[in-house]
Amino acid sequence: MLTRRDTMALGLGVAAVAMVPGVASASAVDDAISAFTGGASVTDGGVTISAPEIAENGNTVPIAVDAPGATEILLLAAGNPTPGVAKFGFGEGAATSRAATRIRLGGTQDVVAIAKMSDGSFARGAVEVKVTIGGCGG
Amino acid sequence: MSDVRPRIRLPRSANAGDVIEVKTLISHNMETGLRRDGSGNAIPRQIINRFTCEYAGQMVLDVTMEPAISANPYMEFDVQVDESADFVFTWYDDDGSVYSETQSFEVS
Repeated sequence: MLTRRDTMALGLGVAAVAMVPGVASASAVDDAISAFTGGASVTDGGVTISAPEIAENGNTVPIAVDAPGATEILLLAAGNPTPGVAKFGFGEGAATSRAATRIRLGGTQDVVAIAKMSDGSFARGAVEVKVTIGGCGG
Repeated sequence: MSDVRPRIRLPRSANAGDVIEVKTLISHNMETGLRRDGSGNAIPRQIINRFTCEYAGQMVLDVTMEPAISANPYMEFDVQVDESADFVFTWYDDDGSVYSETQSFEVS
């Protein structure tokens, strides 16, 4: 049986592992996607990611996501220590389901976007970005 | 953080019903929590974890941000302006601070 103290020690251990800079495992990306979709199927296409093919500085990579008809877009960096980047929620006042920002990429990797459409379906888009100098510190 | 400064760029003018592009930026380190200082201790994470924009009382954009968002987080998005109204921009810091900025926008 796990005591409260054991549970806390376990939690700390997990946190320590999670903090080691490295590369997110494929399962971390899948977990993040299924947490967002609730396990629903995701179709390819319908999401456009605009990013430079080659980013010289991984500390600030301009990225734009656009998914017409989406209410939410989850943006993930598959090769970062943790895959989460941002979740965009588009409200009633939004004219388009488009947003642009700047992100950190630890190295050359796929950037993935999952869009939740207003009809409840999910769409996926991905683009590879080559990074010359990584931007995750450590 | 005392050096946090929001900046907002709206078009100078627009007609009612136009779609305008809103650009925002806030000066902030966005410390990821992954870096270590000179003696090898982890530098604690401190980022802006949420940004929202409202126009005329309606939510436009609500973004949850992770440490992978660059320092001085920048956001660009589209709003349809049907009437003259206030934009309210809000940034939420890990340390509990909330930075808010209001700008009124006139349509012709």
